[in-house]
This record gives sequence, structure tokens and C-alpha cells, in this order.
Amino acid sequence: MSASSVILGFQPVLLWTDALLFLLVALALLAGMRARAQAPLRAAWRKVGRRPTGMAAATVLLAFLVVGLVDSLHYRPLLPALERVAGADGGGPASGAAPAAPVVSTEVLSALDALLAPLRLRTEKTYSAPFAWTLYQRETMETADGGQVRDYPRLAHGAAHLGADPGPARAGDLALGLAKALAQAALAWLLAFVVLASLVWRGSGLRWGEVAAALLAGHTVLAWRAALVTLAVLLAVVGVCVELAPLYHVLGTDKVGQDVLYLALKSVRTALVIGTLTTLVMMPFAVALGIAAGYLGGWVDDAVQYLYTVLNAIPGVLLIAAAVLMMQVVIDTNPHWFDTAAERSDARLLALCFILGITSWTGLARLLRGETLKLRELEYVQAARAFGVRTPAILRRHILPNLMHIVLIALVMDFSGLVLAEAVLSYVGIGVDPSTISFGTMINMARAELAREPMVWWSLAAAFVFMFVLVLAANLFADVVRDAFDPRRA
Amino acid sequence: MPAYLLRRLLYAVPILIGVNLLTFVLFFVVNSPDDMARMHIGVKRATPEAIERWKVERGYDKPMFINDAASGSARFTETLFFDKSLRMFALEFGRADDGRDIGQEIRERMGPSLAIALPTFVLSLVVSISFALLLVFFRATWLDFWGVVLCVAMMSISSLFYIIGGQWLVSKLWALVPISGYAPGLDAARFLVLPVLISVVAGIGSSARWYRTIFLEEISKDYVRTARAKGLSELAVLFRHVLRNALIPILTGVVVVIPLLFMGSLLVESFFAIPGLGSYTIDAINAQDFAVVRAMVFIGSVLYIVGLILTDLSYTLADPRVRLQ
Repeated sequence: MSASSVILGFQPVLLWTDALLFLLVALALLAGMRARAQAPLRAAWRKVGRRPTGMAAATVLLAFLVVGLVDSLHYRPLLPALERVAGADGGGPASGAAPAAPVVSTEVLSALDALLAPLRLRTEKTYSAPFAWTLYQRETMETADGGQVRDYPRLAHGAAHLGADPGPARAGDLALGLAKALAQAALAWLLAFVVLASLVWRGSGLRWGEVAAALLAGHTVLAWRAALVTLAVLLAVVGVCVELAPLYHVLGTDKVGQDVLYLALKSVRTALVIGTLTTLVMMPFAVALGIAAGYLGGWVDDAVQYLYTVLNAIPGVLLIAAAVLMMQVVIDTNPHWFDTAAERSDARLLALCFILGITSWTGLARLLRGETLKLRELEYVQAARAFGVRTPAILRRHILPNLMHIVLIALVMDFSGLVLAEAVLSYVGIGVDPSTISFGTMINMARAELAREPMVWWSLAAAFVFMFVLVLAANLFADVVRDAFDPRRA
Repeated sequence: MPAYLLRRLLYAVPILIGVNLLTFVLFFVVNSPDDMARMHIGVKRATPEAIERWKVERGYDKPMFINDAASGSARFTETLFFDKSLRMFALEFGRADDGRDIGQEIRERMGPSLAIALPTFVLSLVVSISFALLLVFFRATWLDFWGVVLCVAMMSISSLFYIIGGQWLVSKLWALVPISGYAPGLDAARFLVLPVLISVVAGIGSSARWYRTIFLEEISKDYVRTARAKGLSELAVLFRHVLRNALIPILTGVVVVIPLLFMGSLLVESFFAIPGLGSYTIDAINAQDFAVVRAMVFIGSVLYIVGLILTDLSYTLADPRVRLQ
């Protein structure tokens, strides 16, 4: 037990995927700073910003990223004092006596869990439709006079503020909530607009009003209007959720009564982890092997080519299946490696990223090898060699920087495919741990319920819509980035 | 040509050995047979006797590479590596956990897999290429723009959605075809319509967009301009010149998957309860039947290599300038 947990009231937990996710963000910021200093990179990114689809997709992705990052700040809460073993009850902390050793829960939560506590904790008994006030199924209940009646039970939390029978009042309440939410969203949007306009205005030499008008008319160099429109839609959706989610189950509840909106938001992190970390963990291999094969040639080239032909020869799903099955055995036979269930499922998530990475690095390595073959014959590389610059220095200074656009394009292009693959793999049973909330596990749980009458459609719909928005934004963004960075498409 | 084929076939041997070694390491070195037995039986019930029995049943009780107890060539043949790995080259896959011969099972299940994969393959090729040609014909118009938007939107939808949505709409709501199942012979058609249709629709987005890129690259070349300049209609240019010249990149991506059609599709087969190799693999994964997964990995890589050789051969058919030596 660390001292920090006593002061903070919780014990921070850094899971492996958290660390890597934050590393990725740090790398992105670093790359961004470097890109500002170099004219060609700056020009390429400006090209991305000039495309309305690029800006709109980036806005959506940024929103998902914020959700994912907030969900990556993990901690273990202290158990309430009452539950601790009564013992050291000295004069309180001020007297200097050691306070009772705080006990941390084995449950690992995240900052998002804390923010969404109302959603997380208000579970129902089982399925309920969006905005419903009763459960989805009839149940036999005892009436006050001892008789039995078969009816839809009232939800414990959904629409609880409207009393026992919210039927007539619900429509008005929803309309009021909607109006309030949209008004708040409009205010927030206005604030964002003013801040953005002021940022653009600063140092432009124009009047503020002119800048604001240009932003609204879409006359700015960067496609800010697309971002603002997307932001308006996003804020409206978020506003409705913020206003209504504490009162209703906006997207219904699932089989064990968990709020589907909460599940969908939690799935975002899993999707982001799979989509980005897979490329991050495979990148060092792909870059090192691709460059080595292309630049050194000879037996190194033969060996690398042999390696990736072998890996390519095995159909991807089967290789993943074999590796995941084996990883499962390793994890199951070594339960003592992990303190909490969350750490265990996190290890499995990371292992899945590695496995997906192993099966997908071959494409990138082949591209990099080809490009290196081309680069090494260019005059400036030959000149460097003639001047006696050593191989590592040539690779670092002349080859690697000229390959980074391929790596970047691979990173954004692979993302959407990986997010989609996660759902399929989880369905097949070789994806994330069943206890990890992800789009795949959500779909898997909801799938069996389609046969019911009336149909339980909301958890499936929520998972598919969230996934669709994320993947669509990623696809659009990837296209724009590729167009901007691929010299052949210039 | 025969010399080329022979060389390619010989080249396949080290790759298959590599695949074989990799699977052996994955299945026997990363986890010892003892670990697998413990997980299979359940950690609580895993007594040493039970583990030993489990290993004997599956022939996992032999040493890994060298059997000191045996003499002569049996020193090498009475081992796990020989039994479980090298025997695959003779297409002997041993028995699954339920006691059935894997080779026999694979032969039986190839038919249903192919019955669904082959029509899917042909139909999606025709539909995607036609759609792509249509987009290219109307390039730089609003039709092209919205066609591409449609493609991107369609490829952003999870394949699970296509399957679940299609099953719900066509089978449940409209009650046109059975939800799932399979029947041998011609009767199979009514079970196959929906899965084939869904697979084709699910694939259009990404493949049509890919073909469109290939065609657009081709269309900016000099010979196309020449063809137009001599007065050919745009349709003739597209079909007679662009399509033929775009064949090489198309074949590169397409021919390699033809042999893999035998393996079937994991998702579609399991959703539609079609007794093919895809659902066989899924069942094996869920039951953690390692022998079956190993066999499928090996067959998959053999078929992939066959696909590579077929790709090379197809180049000679598509482009008379290509000669294989």
C-alpha cells in the first residue's frame, strides 16, 4: 500500500495498454512539434486541414480519442472506512498515529467510470428498451393484497423521477429535456466558436467580425467550417446524453441490466487500443526488418523475405486463432502474474495487439523494403556513402526520415480494419477477454437475443452505430492523410 | 515452363517447413503438452494420472525431437515432432478430440464450403468490377463522387452487421429463405442464396473502390489517349483496353485467394450453420481442439502457395509479354 493512496483517496493503476496509449499520444505530440518545424511536413498537414472531410473526420476522431484517454486513467478506489477492520482508532490523523491501513478495492476503475458513475451504478434487472420505464419482459409480481399479477415491472432507475406511472408525463419531460440539452449544446458551440475565431483572428490583421464571418462562410484556408458543423452535431448528441442519461436509459439496458450507453462508451477505448497499439507494437519490427532487408541486401534480405513469406502463407485468422489459443493457456496457467482481473484482461488485450501485429507487419515490411531499395540508389545516399558516412548514420539521417510517410499512412490505414477485426475475432472467440467491454463482446452478447419477440435490438444497434461512426471517420481521415502524404498522389 | 513450375514447387518446400516449425513451436514449445492437458481437463480436476491419460489418448506422451528409448530410425519417428508435424506433409492429420479422422472430415466438408465460396467469389468479382467500371465511366461527376462515398460507407460497416441484418430482414421479416441450415444436392440452393448474397454485398465497398483506383491509374496512360484519339467510343476504350491492361494488378489480388476458397468463410458458415471447413475451424477453436487447428493452418498455407503459383501462371494468360523461365 503506497502512501499516495492515502493522500489521494485512491491508488493509481497504470495498465500496460494505458502506458502504451499515452506513449503513443506523446509520440504524436512530438511528431507534431517536429512537423511544425519542417516545411514539407507542415505543408502536408495543411493539405489535410484544407479538406473538409479531413477536418470533420478529425473532429470525430478527437472526440473518440478523448473518451478513450479519459477511460485510460485507471485507479483502484479505497474501500469505505466502515468496511475496514475496526482497529487503529487513535486520535485521528492529526495526532501523528498511524491511521488504519487503507484497503483498496480489487476493482479497477477509470476516470470515465467515475464520470459515468450514475450510468454505471444504476443497473436494472434485465433488458429494457431505450427511454422505457418498465422492463422488457412481463414478470409475475405480488400485489399489496397478496394476490399475483403478471405485468411489466417498473424500472428501478429509468424515469424514476416521474413517479410510479410516468406514461403521460414522459413525452413532455423528454421534450423539455431535449430543448434544454439543445440550448446547452448551442451555448457550448457558441463558446467553442468564439474561442476558435479568436485564435484564428490573433495575428491575422483583420477585424474579429471579418474572421468570424469568414469562418461561417467557409472562406478560411483550413476547412474550419466542416469542423464547426461536425462539432455542432457532436455537441447536440453529447448534450442530449448529458441531459437525459442520468434520468433515463437513453440506449436501453442489456441482459444483466447495464446501461448500453455506458457499455458503448467503454468499448471506445478497447477499439482505440486495438486499432492503434497493434500498429505501434509491430512498427519497430517492420521498420527494422524492412530497412535491413532493403539496404543491406544479400542474406539479410533473403532471411527477412523468407520470414515474411512464411508468416504470409498462414491464413491470418488461423494464425491469430492458434496464437490466441496458446496465449490463453499461458495466461490461464499463470494466474499469479496478475493482481486483479482487470490486469489479466489487459494482458490479454495487449497480447492480442501483439498477435495481430505479428500477422500484419509483413505488408508494411514489404513496402518499406521496396522503398529502401529505391532510396539507397539515390544520389544523396550514394554521396553520403562515398563520403564515408557509416551505415547506421545513413539509415538514421537519410533513409528513415524518407520512410516515415509510409509508416504514417500504414498507421491510419490499418486502424479501421483493426477495429472491425476486433468485433469479428471476439465473435469467433479469439478476441478480447469476455470480461473486457468491447464492440465485439457487446455484439456477441446481444446476438442471441434477436430471436426474441419483440426483438431486443438496442444493444446491437448501439454497438454497430458507434463502430460505424468511428470506422467511417477513420476511413475518411485515412484517405485524406494518404492523399496528402503519398507523393505519387500529389 | 515446366522447369519454372518445378523450381516454384521446390521453393515451396522450405516455406512449408517454416510454417510447420512455426506451428510446432506455437503448439508444443510455448506450452508443454502438460499445460494443455491441465487446461483441457480443468485445473481443479487435473491429477497427474488424468494428465497422463489425456496425453496418451492424443499421442502427446512422446518426447519432442529425439526418442532415446527407441533405436534406429524410430529414434526420430517416435517423437512428437515427427508424429504431429512431419506427418502433415503426407496429409496425415491424425484424429480430432472427438475421435474422428481429420483428413476424412476435411474431405467431407470441402463440398459445402466450396458451394458457398465459389458463387460468392465469382459474383462479387463480376459485381465489383462492373460497379467500378461504372464509376470510372462517370468519373469526376456527382455519380462517381456519391458512388465512392457509398463505397466508403459500406466498407465502414461491420461484416457482422451485414450478416445479422440480412438474416433478420430476409429470413425473419420477409420469410423468403430459411434462416440457416444446409441440405446436400440441389436442395442446398435455397440455403445458399442468402449467405452468398450477404457476402457479396459485404465485400462490394472495399473491392469496388480498389478496382476503381486501378482503373483510374490505367486510364491516365498514353495508350488510352491514343485509343480515344483514333475515335474509339468510351465504352470500347474501357472494356477493350483499360480492362485488359488492368488485369495484371487485378489478378495479383484475386488469383491467390482462389485455392483458399476451399477453406470457406468462418463467419458466414457459422452464422448459417453450413457444415463446411469454416464452421469446422470455429468449432475446433471453441472446443480448443488443437489438432484440427494445426491441420487447418497447414492446409491453409499449402493452398496459399498453390495460389501464388497460379497467380504467376495467370500472368502468362493475361499478358503475352510475360514469360516464365
